[in-house]
Amino acid sequence: MAMNNDNILEVRDLQVSFGTYAGEVQAVRGVTFDLRRGETLAIVGESGSGKSVTAKSIMRLNPPANTIVGGGEILFDEEDIVKLSERQMQNIRGPKIAMVFQDPMTSLDPTMKVGRQITESLRKHLGMSGSEANKRAVELLTLVGIPNAEERVKQYPHQFSGGMRQRVVIAIALSCEPEILIADEPTTALDVTIQAQILDLLQQLQEKIGTSVILITHDLGVVASVADRIAVMYGGKIVETGTVREAFYDPQMPYTWGLLASIPLPNADRSQDLIPIPGSPPDMSDPPKGCPFAARCPYVMQVCTTEFPEYTVFSAEHKAACWLHHPMAPNVEPPVRVGGAR
Amino acid sequence: MTERSPNGNGRAILEVKDLKKHFRVSRGAFLKAVDGVSLEIQKGETLGLVGESGCGKTTVGRVLVRLYEPSDGSVLFAGEDVHRTRGDEAKLLNRKMQMIFQDPQASLNPRMVVSDIVAEGIDIHNLASSSQERLARVHELLETVGLSKEHANRFPHEFSGGQRQRIGVARALAVEPEFIVADEPVSALDVSIQAQVINLMKQLQRSWDLTYLFISHDLSVVKYISDRVGVMYLGQLVELADSDELYANPLHPYTRALLSAVPVPDPDFEAERERTVIAGDLPSPVNPPSGCRFRTRCPQAVEAAAHVDPPWQEAKPGHWIQACPCFA
Amino acid sequence: METRHRELDPDLFQSVDIDAEEGERIAGPSVGFWKDAWRRLKKNRGAVISLAILIGVFAMAFVIGSLLASHSPFAQSMSQRYLGPTSDYWFGTDKFGRDMWTRVWAGTRVSLYIGLLAALLDIFVGVAYGAFSGFLGGKTDDVMQRGIEILNGVPYLIVAILLMVVFKPGILTISISLGITGWTFMARIVRGRMLQLKDQEFALASRSLGASGFRVVWKHLIPNSLGLIVINLMFTIPAAIFAEAFLSFIGLGIQVPEASLGSLISDGAAELRFHPYLLWLPALIFCLLMLCFNLLGDGLRDALDPKMRK
Repeated sequence: MAMNNDNILEVRDLQVSFGTYAGEVQAVRGVTFDLRRGETLAIVGESGSGKSVTAKSIMRLNPPANTIVGGGEILFDEEDIVKLSERQMQNIRGPKIAMVFQDPMTSLDPTMKVGRQITESLRKHLGMSGSEANKRAVELLTLVGIPNAEERVKQYPHQFSGGMRQRVVIAIALSCEPEILIADEPTTALDVTIQAQILDLLQQLQEKIGTSVILITHDLGVVASVADRIAVMYGGKIVETGTVREAFYDPQMPYTWGLLASIPLPNADRSQDLIPIPGSPPDMSDPPKGCPFAARCPYVMQVCTTEFPEYTVFSAEHKAACWLHHPMAPNVEPPVRVGGAR
Repeated sequence: MTERSPNGNGRAILEVKDLKKHFRVSRGAFLKAVDGVSLEIQKGETLGLVGESGCGKTTVGRVLVRLYEPSDGSVLFAGEDVHRTRGDEAKLLNRKMQMIFQDPQASLNPRMVVSDIVAEGIDIHNLASSSQERLARVHELLETVGLSKEHANRFPHEFSGGQRQRIGVARALAVEPEFIVADEPVSALDVSIQAQVINLMKQLQRSWDLTYLFISHDLSVVKYISDRVGVMYLGQLVELADSDELYANPLHPYTRALLSAVPVPDPDFEAERERTVIAGDLPSPVNPPSGCRFRTRCPQAVEAAAHVDPPWQEAKPGHWIQACPCFA
Repeated sequence: METRHRELDPDLFQSVDIDAEEGERIAGPSVGFWKDAWRRLKKNRGAVISLAILIGVFAMAFVIGSLLASHSPFAQSMSQRYLGPTSDYWFGTDKFGRDMWTRVWAGTRVSLYIGLLAALLDIFVGVAYGAFSGFLGGKTDDVMQRGIEILNGVPYLIVAILLMVVFKPGILTISISLGITGWTFMARIVRGRMLQLKDQEFALASRSLGASGFRVVWKHLIPNSLGLIVINLMFTIPAAIFAEAFLSFIGLGIQVPEASLGSLISDGAAELRFHPYLLWLPALIFCLLMLCFNLLGDGLRDALDPKMRK
């Protein structure tokens, strides 16, 4: 059970699926990664990649009725989250691990004043008295950049704009100074200028409080801007991990190449064509054998359709799962557009 | 084929003159979604329209295809005022000006099969003389957008987002339009799928000689597909220029802030860049700030900005801006 | 960094052609909305049994019951009064010696007729009114809604009683009062759905293609409201049957010598002490009708509920 001291969270071979009337949907199929202390790890993927389910599994927020954890462990503080009781989880959610969701409209209780939503957490987890908690709530709102905090703390969520609401959500999440903050697409629903504000805020707060952040997103720009390391997910598995520079400038997996080649860069030449990835993400109720990306991969080989590739290690942080790196595979040049504009 | 509008290359196929669209929200209060937009679109070009929520870009698109009536101003297609046409002429305009919608889930009738969805325009305008011809055209259209004949009998929920968007494109093409308003056509799609649809649109533009108004909040996508780009804020255009020019030399403070806020998928670039983060929230479109609307959040705002409605001027050839006093 | 790689058969590293079309192919048969709903409904045993029973009752009331009847519902026979169920009179006879078997089925026919009338009114008046009002919106909608509110303000019972002053009590009066008040709920529901749907992008797309308002409503909005309409019908029918039964029970509905389940139950209740079969038989049929329509309605709601779809 002993965790590596640099890591605050270790996920080992996590498997999560859901029982639906259409059959079992295997959302996460053996995911392994670490979260280092103080870093921002971005988990990137598209629909059906399993990134949100992975995040919710860390918080044990998946619907209990039809969630099946098929195996694996999530190690935090020398304990396996998968095995904890609901009661024990309640002591973790909030003070130790907190989450920020995508939609600020629905993350807040519309019938409760904003201040109360913050103090609830403070009083329950930190045992603060009413007046202490109120004071702290005002401080937190100011910390997240909401002007006139003393008055706004008494207002209801509908009186705040989308960006402000997301700040409130962040204030609640960070109120107990958790060790880990999971942000699931925190800025996807926001305008670009507001997104910039929120990302800025998250970075500042992270430095101040020292929280480790898992950022779930599909936006590679956001990743390049705030993340230290990245894990790319596809079809319920992690296909590449590495530092952000490694993943963007020296990617080693065709899906990552495809992603980078298909996004228009705001400062690139318009005459350079976008190279899309053909086809659509796989159906997770009937996941493909072998590498999940095989059906869309221009370099696909026989072995790719039968067996999931071994991970090839390129550096201390950089690994990728692709049969192209097997010594017996042919040499392949990644497409020209890879590596951003630099 | 519809009779093509008189085409002198470089002739504006669409002219929008001081367009306004106000929605009444309560007694005496109006939401000024579009408040004085003027632009021209040349035949064969793609004009991009960007802006954040509440800027009015979607409303502009909808007024153009006559889903809404304008509160003031006019829209001229090939010289005729689209909102004043009636009867058969109006129906013809429905063929010439079409729209592609944002939400792949909501833009297709869940109870209709794909062939009926795609053929709706054909049915309305009697473009097929028999059901075999109708089916043949549907198959042709499906293949044009990268789907196949087998898909014609399926229901929308059986398709992925990208495929549904392509069905929407096929539906628009069925009436042989000249001008298409694409309202956030790829925003709801996965990143790797967006490129498929964008490439399709580019290719169709060449082979079908189409003119596009491409509405989006995603600046990178807009830059890629558009020849010229207009930036909107709170119901007005604040800048309009050639694509490359706008992104290389943005003049208006809002455009600058917008471009600066877009994160670029290039870690070194991001680490080095200076970002101007504008403070504050969007003012309400029911009660926009007087004079220059951006002044409440503008890092360069001057006192005079509140009192003078900034004029729409050509700052450089082909590069128009809402010239607020801080430029002087 | 050295990674240890397993030894593998070199053939495995042959390239494979990806078929671009394969990526777009959809597996499995096409599943329409109704087929999907029917499949779900079949799993609900209560609903399926209810459906079977209802079909049975319909068949009995309209077809089989009369075919098997050997007596007229009105023929009185003083010598055969108050007979319990016998081989000649399967349901026995009442105080006038009338055959209960034929009377019960005649009564069931009346109840089903009322149910059907309510359903037809709902469909032809309620849906049309609601669709018109919801789709047009604005002032027209305001006026039409006020109209409904006025109609709703007057209870069905009062209308029925008032009408009886003008016409004789009977099936006609009940039909008319139903015609005035019975469809308003459906109209409201359909209007609500129209408001929800008319700004959806698929409706806008149809309009931008040049579709007339009628086409949009008929081809797009109503088909997407059918689930709601069907469910509502399944609850309107038993409500109407109950309303008629109640009126007849208190003597304001069907008059002698006609029979309706309500009047039969009323007569039977009076004889409960000595001739309980006169109550139980019509009551059983009546309860079966109510229960089955409600169970079927519930089942349909689950089967058609869009939130439960994938």
